[in-house]
Amino acid sequence: MQDILSLAATNLLSPIILSFALGVAAALARSDLNIPEAVAKGMSIYLLFAIGFKGGVSVADHGIDGTLALSLLAGIVLSAALPLIAFALLQVLGNLSRLDAAAVAAHYGSISIVTFVAGTSVLEASGITSEGYMVAVAAAMEAPAILSALWLVSSGGTDGRRMDPTLMREILLNGSIVLLVGSFVIGWVTGVDGLVRIEAFIVAPFQGVLCLFLLDMGLVAGRGLRGGSGVLRPGVLAFGMVMPLIGATCGLAAGLLLGLSTGGVALFMVLSASASYIAVPAAMRVALPEANPSIYLTLSLGVTFPFNLTIGLPVYVAVASALTGG
Amino acid sequence: MQTHQAKRVAIIIEQVMQSRLTTALEDAGVTGFTILPVLGGSGRSGAWSREGQVSRGTGMVQVVCIIRPERLDAMLEAAFAVVERHIGVVTVSDCEVLRAERF
Repeated sequence: MQDILSLAATNLLSPIILSFALGVAAALARSDLNIPEAVAKGMSIYLLFAIGFKGGVSVADHGIDGTLALSLLAGIVLSAALPLIAFALLQVLGNLSRLDAAAVAAHYGSISIVTFVAGTSVLEASGITSEGYMVAVAAAMEAPAILSALWLVSSGGTDGRRMDPTLMREILLNGSIVLLVGSFVIGWVTGVDGLVRIEAFIVAPFQGVLCLFLLDMGLVAGRGLRGGSGVLRPGVLAFGMVMPLIGATCGLAAGLLLGLSTGGVALFMVLSASASYIAVPAAMRVALPEANPSIYLTLSLGVTFPFNLTIGLPVYVAVASALTGG
Repeated sequence: MQTHQAKRVAIIIEQVMQSRLTTALEDAGVTGFTILPVLGGSGRSGAWSREGQVSRGTGMVQVVCIIRPERLDAMLEAAFAVVERHIGVVTVSDCEVLRAERF
């Protein structure tokens, strides 16, 4: 418990978390502080490229084994299964329609790459290493949840014609996945030599850019909370904090079964606990337009993301450390 | 200078549906369209703004096209098939153009 509190205190006082808190506070106070959209997207591209590249370099440096394939498979299974758990939990806690519940569930089976990036940052600050291919696991976990959600909707007897080839292509080839996997491959191919050549760009500035990006995320989360808080009943609100813990538990089990390192287990927990707010909302607007976006966006961005960032990350790292002896 | 009667159709639609809408318009015989960014707004689904947007699921665009009056019905049917289930607004107004053969 002392380790958790110590890690939590260190995490809460880190520049990235304080930047996020500043953003939330500014939004709630109705400040006109804002990060231009193009700048936010530019920072997102930078972070995705950097994290993917470094992951690929790590794999090139340490080599791979059969655990990579098993980890990818486990990630895909978790991404497909977690929406089913989330859907069932929402039937108990919330009073949402089947469509709204399925749309929310899709978000919690997918992942938040920003939470993953923050998680790797916490691990690095704690001197904990992880498997470099967890980046690939993150990319693999983004899409299956969407298919599960659509199955949930179609199994309820509603119109099953919600998935078309265009949507499938957009999901599988969305910019985040392409950039993450592509930069991972580039890092893998070029290895340490490649990293040395661009280290000044993707290593040194990384934390600073992450601070600014989380400042923007705080602003967006704060605005979402201001505008969308009225749509969340207490049960749904509680779901936003309980489901990450359930997801993290599933990720913990998967990581331990796979025999991953402390960092790998922690990242599996982070991925399973996080909720998408970039790719899945877009897919839901196309496939489930009748679902209320205020509900799933406010939950994933206004409740779960801050919860994971402030409380979840130190807990997941501490639990992973305790159970792996790290 | 001689002008010709035409219809100006402005469709405000969710950004994720833009490509589907423009494909439907082209299939319906629209010879051209213009896409304009939307900064923000408010409606039945709540308020939103482009500031700091990272999600691809939010945001609107406006698609403007000019069409001959006799083609309007077919074009509106095609547009409505895309817009019907989504957040959006379709407006039709009368306008005049100089080169009718281009529409």
